[in-house]
Amino acid sequence: MKDFNYHSAKDSKEASKLASSSSAFLAGGMTTIPSMKLGLATYKDLIDIKNIKKLSGIKVSGKSVTIGAATKHVEVSNSKDVKKAIPSLSSLAEGIGDPQVRNRGTIGGSIANNDPSADYPSACIALNATIHTNERKIEAAKFFKGMFETALKKGELIEAIEFQIPEKSSYQKHPNPASRYAIVGVYVAKHKGDVNVAVTGAKSCVYNDKDMSKALTGNFSSSSIDGMDLDSSEMNSDMHASADFRASLVVTQAKKAVDAC
Amino acid sequence: MASLVGSRVERKEDKRFLTGKGRYTADINLANQTYAIFVRSPHARASIKKLNIDKALKSSGVVSILTGKEIADDKIGGLIAGWAIRSEDGTEMKCPGNPPLAKDNVNFVGDPVAVVIAESLAEAKEAAEKVEVDYKVLKAVTSTADAMNGDTIHEGIDKNLCFDWLLGDRQKVKEAFDKADKVISIDIINNRLIPNAMEPRACVADYNAASEEITLYTTSQNPHLSRLIMSAFGNVAPEHKLRVVAPDVGGGFGSKINVYNEDIVCSWAAKKINRAIKWVAERSESFLTDIHGRDHVTHAELAVTKDGKFLGFKNETIANLGAYARVFGTVTPTYLFGPCATGVYEIPAAYTNVKAVYTNTAPVDAYRGAGRPEATYTIERLVEKASMELGIDKTELRIKNFPTAFPFKQTLVHTVDSGDYVAGMEKAKQMADYKGFEARRKESEAKGKLRGIGVTSYFEACGIAPSAAVMSLGCGVGLWESAEVRFNPTGQVTVYTGSHSHGQSHQTTFAQIAADELGVPIENIDIVHGDTDKGTFGMGTYGSRSLAVGGIAIVNACKKIVEKGKRVTAKMLEANPEDVEFKDGEFIVSKSNKKKTIGEVAFACYLPGVRDEMKSPLPEGDEPGLKETSFYDPSNFSFPAGTHIAEVEIDPETGHVKLEKYTACDDFGRIINPMVVEGQVHGGLAQGIGQALYENAEYDETGQLMTGSYMDYTMPRADNFPEFNIGYTCTHATTNPLGVKGCGEAGAIAAPPTVMNAVIDALGGQEVTMPATAEKVWKACKNLKKSNAKAA
Ligand SMILES: Cc1cc2nc3c(=O)[nH]c(=O)nc-3n(C[C@H](O)[C@H](O)[C@H](O)COP(=O)(O)OP(=O)(O)OC[C@H]3O[C@@H](n4cnc5c(N)ncnc54)[C@H](O)[C@@H]3O)c2cc1C
Repeated sequence: MKDFNYHSAKDSKEASKLASSSSAFLAGGMTTIPSMKLGLATYKDLIDIKNIKKLSGIKVSGKSVTIGAATKHVEVSNSKDVKKAIPSLSSLAEGIGDPQVRNRGTIGGSIANNDPSADYPSACIALNATIHTNERKIEAAKFFKGMFETALKKGELIEAIEFQIPEKSSYQKHPNPASRYAIVGVYVAKHKGDVNVAVTGAKSCVYNDKDMSKALTGNFSSSSIDGMDLDSSEMNSDMHASADFRASLVVTQAKKAVDAC
Repeated sequence: MASLVGSRVERKEDKRFLTGKGRYTADINLANQTYAIFVRSPHARASIKKLNIDKALKSSGVVSILTGKEIADDKIGGLIAGWAIRSEDGTEMKCPGNPPLAKDNVNFVGDPVAVVIAESLAEAKEAAEKVEVDYKVLKAVTSTADAMNGDTIHEGIDKNLCFDWLLGDRQKVKEAFDKADKVISIDIINNRLIPNAMEPRACVADYNAASEEITLYTTSQNPHLSRLIMSAFGNVAPEHKLRVVAPDVGGGFGSKINVYNEDIVCSWAAKKINRAIKWVAERSESFLTDIHGRDHVTHAELAVTKDGKFLGFKNETIANLGAYARVFGTVTPTYLFGPCATGVYEIPAAYTNVKAVYTNTAPVDAYRGAGRPEATYTIERLVEKASMELGIDKTELRIKNFPTAFPFKQTLVHTVDSGDYVAGMEKAKQMADYKGFEARRKESEAKGKLRGIGVTSYFEACGIAPSAAVMSLGCGVGLWESAEVRFNPTGQVTVYTGSHSHGQSHQTTFAQIAADELGVPIENIDIVHGDTDKGTFGMGTYGSRSLAVGGIAIVNACKKIVEKGKRVTAKMLEANPEDVEFKDGEFIVSKSNKKKTIGEVAFACYLPGVRDEMKSPLPEGDEPGLKETSFYDPSNFSFPAGTHIAEVEIDPETGHVKLEKYTACDDFGRIINPMVVEGQVHGGLAQGIGQALYENAEYDETGQLMTGSYMDYTMPRADNFPEFNIGYTCTHATTNPLGVKGCGEAGAIAAPPTVMNAVIDALGGQEVTMPATAEKVWKACKNLKKSNAKAA
């Protein structure tokens, strides 16, 4: 690993002031540190944001659950409030990686990184999340731009993620047996009026499957999407799963999610 | 005194391991040490056009950079294959040179071309990036099945063929097949695995200019053997000037048998620069450069009568050696594989033909089970298929072909001294509730799931390797084991063993044995291993040999101690040596109340001239001291055996295979410590089930390892397994005084076919290759649905 400067920011302002084109924020470090170690990324400055008090913690109001960006996966999975308000979100957190990763990795880091097979992005889409940064509020639908790409500007810091509490929801992941990231993960959330079917792992970026959403909004039953033949041309294909298998898994996991709601 | 053999004595080594006090190679730091980083080939096959170290030499902190040229100039030898195999046509096997640092050609991704030695690890890394290697990239050969049609990798080795070996009689087999009612045939792949010991390889080499001695601390399963190879073939130093220490070692599974490039290079370089050198593999280096295991492509056939008697067996296998033939590389797919391929059955005629090929992949060598998992997979998949095609219950068909009496002269090589295969099968069936399977299958069906049951009966040849047996097969080296038992004057015992513990609990089980033999409390017994300066010589630990060979050497040395003790007691108590009996640590003159404890005898042996004792207690001809050595060369292999039964449930929509139940009923002969044996069985099963359902080393066609990290190589985790249901039948081995057989590899041998037979049973007989990943199984489920629809 190449040498770098370590900074510990005391608030958001300081953190974004320290940011430059050769810096990264250090949250859980679960992505940043391994990629630096393997020489895939080099930074001159790492700006630790874990000590910024405002970035940690979980707040539940009548309509939404707001989670600070530096909140660890284990905190989300153990939170009684989250379990009560959006049980599927707590079980999503519980299914991330392994205990070591859950004890360090953060929701903000996961979303900022936008790995095509990460779990949290699907929750953001399904639960109509609002991403609060130090500069603005961004709707989830406009936040995830593409593979490892988000609407964040350089130096912009996620402060919290606000999830809308649905009527019913469930997240069903078919994990990569090695890494336990999602080969396909489908987050189904039934809100008043409409249903979101957020899919991660299948394509280069998380997306809301319009056809399934429509079918389920009409009739919230797994039978309404059973046998749906999805177009696999844009799906990922690698040694762990072909595009066709992924296409089939999207429907299967969506059905499971609806049945589990 | 109650016997310790057979009881669950807590592991003596756990205190230090669980409190972080283990001392592994990477924990060793020497004064003034330097750090080594190896520059490795990023290409699977290339010739080296130019290698320029000028820039790197100027990098900060660099002490030295050495390349293939220097190592060749110093006449340091290469890595070797330990067994010479002769082809069917009588020609000797063909092995390429394998220099510790490649000079002209590189043959797999990770093949080292230079070593950078610097004051710090960071500086060594930095400088290594500045070594410029100009490669001419050549077309890589990576496929096992097609290797013989690929470009010639090593000059003069036609078709990339190391040997084309035959065991058995083709003519007899042909005659048997001519008489058959039915021939069952199968094409299978034994997938390549990466051993993944928890501790990555490491070494620290030191040179003492005063004594002119090199000391190498290394992660080895067999330090004496490593010294011998480095000395005799590597030309690193004469044996008496080379000390190899393998301290605590965190798992090996065969991957730490080999002397590796880094061992030789660091030892040689430490002398050259007259400073200590430390090298610790990163996990990605382990993936690329540790030996890999398995990698066979097999076509096998079984000739049967219509009522299910086996008549003949054919086995045509291509075994991938990787880029070079390493220590056990050639014996694993031959003598450790062929003889076991007929399994636990009486098959009158059989042959195994193995073509061993080179490819541009990491060398393949012995990995837990070594040859026997591949053999068992072949025969047990075939027998299961036979049961389906003949419509005979899978357990009945097996029993029908079990040997009826012991010793059992197995078709190809082995004479199995003892066992009771029927008892093992019956017990396994009971443990697994075999009868209740149909009801469980229906329950799964009602939930939309597919359920399958699979059986394997196996035997394996352990305790490698009796010299007589090995010599008669025409393959060089027999592998005995040594032990030395030393009493201190004040009565504690130190046992030096040539076996090596890297997870096998020798410190406990060997002490249990010595405690029983000598009647000394277990707390007063130390087991010492892993240092060529301590103990005479040793062959090390692999092939489930530590107890069956190393343990017996300890017993024999203890018996010599007792014999001497009897003579000394007789002299001290003025009795006949024949009248002295030894029991529970006491020498007793029969029909008298005269006795001496073994502690008193030891004291007398060391300090014969005690006050008031007017004459020496030592009989004429006996020297002072109490220390005995034994070199034990077994008369035969030992033959653990057993039956395993697995049950899986498959979700046809996702292809997910859930291992619902796993039953192992093994015959390991006498069990010294049931807790330790359970640990060995669990570990073996985890690796065997891992092979069947999860693990796979995959290269792309250019020879890049696609599964080079845990993000892509599936190491099974605890939550992948059900509670294992473990039981035993214990028929004692008749070929050694403890009656032991060996338990280290059984799980890895039996589990792959057991699990795959269950998966394939669930899939209505459709073949899938290992590992049975979700996508493969999902596809098979779709086919099954289609063919069921057609049938209906
Ligand atoms: C072995 C392993 C298994 C894993 N398995 C899974 C899995 O199953 N599912 C899954 O979803 N994930 C998985 N992960 C990823 C894990 O969930 C981490 O959350 C993720 O790596 C990033 O979070 P972090 O807090 O560690 O971020 P860091 O590594 O600290 O940062 C990652 C990136 O995000 C940026 N960043 C961090 N915080 C902020 C912020 N507040 N505002 C703006 N930018 C920010 C950083 O600048 C950096 O570029 C796994 C990781 C590992 C190592």
